[in-house]
Amino acid sequence: MDIETIVNISLLTMLALTVVVLIRMKSLLAIALSSGVYSFLSAGLFVAMDAVDVAFTEAAVGAGITTILLLVTIAITGREQTVSKHKRFLPIAVITITGAALIYGTLDMPPYGDAKAPIHTHVAPHYLTQSSEEIGIPNVVTSVLASYRGYDTLGEVVVIFTAAVGVLLLLGNAAKRSGRKQ
Amino acid sequence: MNPRSSLILREVCRLVIPAVMLFALYVQFHGEYGPGGGFQAGVIFAAAVILYALVYGRQKAQRILPTETVRYFIAAGVLLYAGVGVATMLLGGNFLDYNVLLQGHQQAQHLGIFLIELGVGVTVGAVMIAIFYTLDEFCE
Repeated sequence: MDIETIVNISLLTMLALTVVVLIRMKSLLAIALSSGVYSFLSAGLFVAMDAVDVAFTEAAVGAGITTILLLVTIAITGREQTVSKHKRFLPIAVITITGAALIYGTLDMPPYGDAKAPIHTHVAPHYLTQSSEEIGIPNVVTSVLASYRGYDTLGEVVVIFTAAVGVLLLLGNAAKRSGRKQ
Repeated sequence: MNPRSSLILREVCRLVIPAVMLFALYVQFHGEYGPGGGFQAGVIFAAAVILYALVYGRQKAQRILPTETVRYFIAAGVLLYAGVGVATMLLGGNFLDYNVLLQGHQQAQHLGIFLIELGVGVTVGAVMIAIFYTLDEFCE
């Protein structure tokens, strides 16, 4: 076994253990922190897959900001999970069917790392071979995100903008209103 | 949030926060050469401000970065990004076709990517800070 396989197996094992711990815990504080651990482990996996840009985003957003926002939310809502009295049969059935459908969907996918997969034969060769001449920057990920696919990235920024406007509309005024009452 | 944070926490943050902000700027302006870019840089910068607000109190952070200013920054980033697109259209190219910005097409691409990454960074950072401010105000 080479070192990469060992790293991958241990990271995936820790991911699975984190999920088991997450499911069994009742303290929302501990759950928020554990989901941060989960994001950080996924970031490690992305590094092992040579997707450093994705890993960077996952570590900064998933493990960093999301955890902080969850913690602040818990400060508003309370630390303990309320135990639901609903029957467990329906959720388990929904999860099993969804999981089975997702696994069935992966059967059609090309094997991991297959050079003939559609994603590697469509526009990717053009980006990889022409980026240094057409764009002239070393990081191809940035040249795809910011130049070839600049329109998509504009859409992403507008999505984030819209999310902020939504939060400010829903909670920003409420905070002001309660401030005025005091 | 907690103005009575421990002495050790306050002093460690005094050392860490400038380094985090500097790293955010590095990620912002080095995204063409290494991993990173506006999105990550914005989040890292916001994390520095949020850490400051958590340790020294939100009011102190808002004295440096008031809520109003942050809200303007949210829109400014998107406007900068879309503005680059409009500028390329006015110069005779397609929307976000940076090649018309300057004479040499590689320099033009550099400038275009620099500007739109800046727009992304400003909006993402401001959004994270604004959401944190709002939730924290909601806490009280």
